[in-house]
Amino acid sequence: MSGILEVKNLKTYFRTPDGLVKAVDDVSFELQKGEILALVGESGCGKSVTVQTIMGLIKVPPARVEGHILYREKDLVGLSNKEYKNIRGREISMIFQEPMSAFDPLYTIGYQLSEVAKAHMPWDDARTREEIISVLRKVNIPEPEKRYREYPHEMSGGMLQRIMIAMALITGPEIIIADEPTTALDVTIQAQVLNIMRDLQSEFNGSIIFITHDLGVVSEIADRVHVMYAGKIVEKAGVNELYKEAAHPYTKGLLNSRVKREFKGQKLPYIDGYVPRAYEFPEGCRFNPRCPHAMEICKKDPPEMLVSENHTAACWLYGEGGL
Amino acid sequence: MKIIETKGLKKYFPIKAGVFLQVVGHVKAMESVDFHINRGETVGIVGESGCGKSTLGRTIVKIYEPTDGRIIYHDNDGGEHDITKGLDKKIRLRFRRDIQMIFQNPFDSLDPRMTIRDVIREPIEAHNLIPKNEIDGYVAELLMKVGLYPEYAQRYPHEFSGGQRQRIAVARSISVKPRLVICDEPTSALDVSVQSQIINLLQDLKVENDISYIFISHNLDIVHHMSDRILVMYLGNVVESAGATDLFDNPAHPYTRALMASIPGWDPLDRKLQNIRLEGEPPSPINPPPGCAFHPRCPYRMDRCDKEKPPVVEIAPGHGTACWLHTK
Repeated sequence: MSGILEVKNLKTYFRTPDGLVKAVDDVSFELQKGEILALVGESGCGKSVTVQTIMGLIKVPPARVEGHILYREKDLVGLSNKEYKNIRGREISMIFQEPMSAFDPLYTIGYQLSEVAKAHMPWDDARTREEIISVLRKVNIPEPEKRYREYPHEMSGGMLQRIMIAMALITGPEIIIADEPTTALDVTIQAQVLNIMRDLQSEFNGSIIFITHDLGVVSEIADRVHVMYAGKIVEKAGVNELYKEAAHPYTKGLLNSRVKREFKGQKLPYIDGYVPRAYEFPEGCRFNPRCPHAMEICKKDPPEMLVSENHTAACWLYGEGGL
Repeated sequence: MKIIETKGLKKYFPIKAGVFLQVVGHVKAMESVDFHINRGETVGIVGESGCGKSTLGRTIVKIYEPTDGRIIYHDNDGGEHDITKGLDKKIRLRFRRDIQMIFQNPFDSLDPRMTIRDVIREPIEAHNLIPKNEIDGYVAELLMKVGLYPEYAQRYPHEFSGGQRQRIAVARSISVKPRLVICDEPTSALDVSVQSQIINLLQDLKVENDISYIFISHNLDIVHHMSDRILVMYLGNVVESAGATDLFDNPAHPYTRALMASIPGWDPLDRKLQNIRLEGEPPSPINPPPGCAFHPRCPYRMDRCDKEKPPVVEIAPGHGTACWLHTK
């Protein structure tokens, strides 16, 4: 395995009337070829802004983006919009959360998919149609020839989400970024979509960054997991390691928040307090006001500490001054 | 002692089209639901979007007028009132006080122009519960009860996080000392780490104030945790109903089983979703399939399933299901 995308010290800041919002604050990670990397966190943790920055969807200015996003020896930070167009949608494509609002209701499915294909691929009309129908078949759309001529409102949410996956796949991208692709779906449909994504991933052998807040979904699909909190990555681990021995108190708290059957009749474990607002992140470790192990040193920003091989946590418990 | 009871409750929403808004069809949101809730009980209603769970909750509190069937309201003094056709003036105030609701999205359910004090005051004043000069003290007491500071009373909803807002909504709902609170997906819009806080709060308040809940959610784990009894709905029909533990130990309806199998497992070494292949998606409630509504997706489909609608049969005490597999 080798890294296909490397994010180094990425910072995405927004100026707002309430103050400077450090939505992504010094985030570094590496995406390996052929893996599914889950980016997990609650609302406002910066997971969506991270991938929007990678996709070049953040407008600079007014926003401020610093750091490096290295893709094929090229730094995507500071790339012009024109240069980005050759990468966005072609080599890195994206799947959004709300399939119902991601499609234009006025155009047929076939038209919207061919728009993407024509922008990036050298195919003629007949070839484009052929490719689209074949990719629709891959995501288990029944009667793709018929669906090609239909409009988004004629389809269910689950079907549209599969079509969006088809749209992301059509250009044969190296990386697919899926931003909460199953959150708007019912559980039985979610199971179908997750199965399709995993099957396709082994087939197209690209890499997937999978964003979600649901640790249940992560356990079903991810190879590695990065947990984010308040604009920072607090823990990085392989999926088995994370569920067996989570290190960061926040990750542990999230894992404990699962409503297990044996808790019936008892209090549910929970994380005290609330997620801080983006313009009032606390000093030092941003989890320290809610952390059961908070110490004096936690007022200082913790660096990434090695917990075990390929497992790090940004927590003073695992380094100098800790236990 | 029952609080609310429904018999054959049905709700169709007309679909209007054309210049003269003619009725061209119906969304059959809820078909013939028999339901009751007893004092002190929590009944969970679970199912996927479009199954009719919210429609049931909203029809019971008379937000929607039922298309057919009956709703009977039992007041605290043993009186029975048929409220199907509307709320009689005499019992309206009593009914509205007795039954409260908590909605899914605390960002929409609180008026952004009202302070928290006003939000909570409004129902208390409407029901003339306590003397005016005591209301502020009572509001402070309620805020503490739901885990907020009394000083928050002067603030506006936008100053609070989702979890705090939902606490405010809870404080408002219990302010008039209701007997029944209908919770429609009260934790779905909240972060995982905050969700459990609200669940614990609702459980505490139930014990302290002797409240019953109708707990509507798509999340089976949370419904199991909260409920004494659970109804599983699919496309407008109750397909199974049982005690919470019984339902999880012995799910009888193929849909209930499919729903349980679809919950992610939290164990990366044993990815359980890989093994399930529930085909298809819920059909449209405008044109539901004949017979059993689940038959197009059912792995145990038989000849009669697409012809006759299965009746609800009791397969164990207090455990009913509507499936031909369990009907002789």
